Amino acid sequence: MSPFFFWTASALMLVFGAAVIINRNPVASALSLVVSFLGLAALFMSLDAFFLGIIQVLVYAGAVMVLFLFIIMLLDLRAEERRRINFVAFAGGAAVAVIFFGQLYLVIGHLHQAKLPFAPLAPMQVDDVHRIGLLLFGSYNLPFQIIGVLILVATIGVIVLSKRELH
Amino acid sequence: MNPTLFLIFTSLLKIVGIVFVVILPMVSYSVYAERRVSALIQDRLGPNRVGPAGLFQPIADAMKFILKEDFTPANVNKFYYWLAPCLAMVPALMTIAVVPFGSTLFGVPMVIADINVGVLYVFAIASLGVYGIVIAGWSSNSKYPFLGGVRSSSQMISYELSLGLAVIPIFLLVGQLRLTDIVRYQIENGWMIAPFVGHWTDGWKWLLAIPMSISFVVFTIAIFAETNRLPFDLPEAETELVGGYHTEYGSMKFALFFLGEYAAMITGSAIIVTLFLGGWHLPVPWWNHAHGFHWLLIDGSLGGWRGVIGGLFNIFVFFGKVSVLLLFFIWVRWTLPRFRYDQLMRLGWVFFFEIALVNIFLAAIIIACLPQ
Amino acid sequence: MAITVSRPKLNWSERLYLPAILGGMAITFGHLKNMLLGRTKVTMQYPEQKWDSQMPDHYRGAPALVKDEGGRVRCVACQLCEFICPPRAIRIVPGEIPLGERFAKVEKYPEKFDIDMIRCIYCGMCEEVCPEQAIFLRKDYAITGYTRAEMVHDKEKLIEIGGVMHGLVLKWNEKK
Ligand code: SF4
Ligand code: SF4
Repeated sequence: MSPFFFWTASALMLVFGAAVIINRNPVASALSLVVSFLGLAALFMSLDAFFLGIIQVLVYAGAVMVLFLFIIMLLDLRAEERRRINFVAFAGGAAVAVIFFGQLYLVIGHLHQAKLPFAPLAPMQVDDVHRIGLLLFGSYNLPFQIIGVLILVATIGVIVLSKRELH
Repeated sequence: MNPTLFLIFTSLLKIVGIVFVVILPMVSYSVYAERRVSALIQDRLGPNRVGPAGLFQPIADAMKFILKEDFTPANVNKFYYWLAPCLAMVPALMTIAVVPFGSTLFGVPMVIADINVGVLYVFAIASLGVYGIVIAGWSSNSKYPFLGGVRSSSQMISYELSLGLAVIPIFLLVGQLRLTDIVRYQIENGWMIAPFVGHWTDGWKWLLAIPMSISFVVFTIAIFAETNRLPFDLPEAETELVGGYHTEYGSMKFALFFLGEYAAMITGSAIIVTLFLGGWHLPVPWWNHAHGFHWLLIDGSLGGWRGVIGGLFNIFVFFGKVSVLLLFFIWVRWTLPRFRYDQLMRLGWVFFFEIALVNIFLAAIIIACLPQ
Repeated sequence: MAITVSRPKLNWSERLYLPAILGGMAITFGHLKNMLLGRTKVTMQYPEQKWDSQMPDHYRGAPALVKDEGGRVRCVACQLCEFICPPRAIRIVPGEIPLGERFAKVEKYPEKFDIDMIRCIYCGMCEEVCPEQAIFLRKDYAITGYTRAEMVHDKEKLIEIGGVMHGLVLKWNEKK
């Protein structure tokens, strides 16, 4: 993968990921999340995982976020009020973040594997769609079926709940 | 030439060629066709003033759109208001990247990006198309566009299901998501819904054509819904929503919505042609002493000028098929009245969804019984 | 009392909608086919085809000044038409006929005679009121122009449209 592509896609993801939190307008946040998902999909694709990348776009950007947007619009959420920043809380949060990153740096810095260069990825031989299909229906068939049943139950539950009369 | 450079060069050439030489003129002429055919259906003549038989009308329309004042209403959400028309146009054009629109020309395959998840790519990009409409509706800060945007998002999500389920029988049969493979399969075994080529006396193939035809019908209807064409044009129902999601738009921004809709129609037709109607393949009945009667395959694989002619012929056939489908779209639009919103939803969820689901089982059973 | 309209019961083929849809498409295709084969009559294609020959005699087109057989403009600038004109489209500047001419001191003549065709409503009042039978509504209907000034017909233009009216025009005959 070309490093240029990697950095562009990751920068896109991070910037728009931050925009999700920073934006005061819920619709703008949702749309930033969509762009962030697209960046993630681009990263997947640059790893030759076309299937995952496309599914990322299809399911998250194309369907889930449309529903989000739909609901945000229907609820007619106003832009968030600007709050006064509580400096103590702000400093505390910043400190936690700094400590966390410091810890990460130290731990990863001491790991032996972290110092080794990555083995170059083997060029893709097999169709990743086939591979994922075989994996899901071969080694992970039972969990896959269980998830299917779970989703079905959830779907039926939602329908039952929404059909219940309001008394 | 260096192969990477060659790839980049030919891809650029294909992109520019297909977008600017084929798709965009086709978009403007499908608008013209829409106006002319609708007029003929209603016993009128339609635009016949500009140029011979009104053929330069699209140019005049474009000039008019460009010269109009680009007006932005005061209370819209400016950034999104400007973003929406672009989002409406781009996905429609991006979809064409994976569609094989010809065999080969000078040894270069006539598809811009031959990726192994072709159809999923199409669905993914098409599902992004809804953002243009939703954002337009929301940013206009006005009731009718908003209703149009909301309708559009729910309609698109509902019909994407039938769209996705309808193509599964094809993948069961072909075992590939790559669109060139699907076309290749149809060249060897005959079109999905009309398997004349190959061993056409084989009863199994005709049995398989039944679920394929059901898929074809469901898919086509879902494409109607996805492209907001009548009878599913609820998002822009002019009699109820003024103009729908683009009520507040004018001049070139409106034109982008308008052309985006037609571009989506063209790419939708291109997908239908590729999946069900044999793509760029047109068998020519032929007879010679050695083989008797058989179907002749014309493509760009021959050497010299015959290969070039074959390649051009394939491209021509592909866009010919697309044009026929476009005329069908237009014909349907000027025949059927609009559905009511609840009817549309019921049709999507209770009727087509089920049909597509049952159809998958039907196809699976037939394929399972298929003698190897 | 409210009347409940019962919905018609549809049989299964009607509820399938497909026959109805196909029927509708057959109808529209029939129209398309008849159009393409030239079997359908369409409306007149206006600038190329005109209806002028069938125009009835009572057609009220643009008002215009007419001349008599002697080539003399009939108008005597009495200004009755100016007064009667409902939208006040007519402006007349009356003047004396110069000395030395045959009709000097007998009558007035219009020095200026403008009809603003943007205002004119083609009512024909001017024609009806004129004592000299000098103004008539002719059959010109395509009055166009790029500017407002062009749409004001001056005396020359009016005379040009009007042409010569032969014989005694007895418009009051039946009322005498
Ligand atoms: S036709 Fe009527 S409106 Fe026109 S100039 Fe004569 S009186 Fe006026
Ligand atoms: S046209 Fe007739 S009514 Fe009008 S000023 Fe002349 S004479 Fe009088």
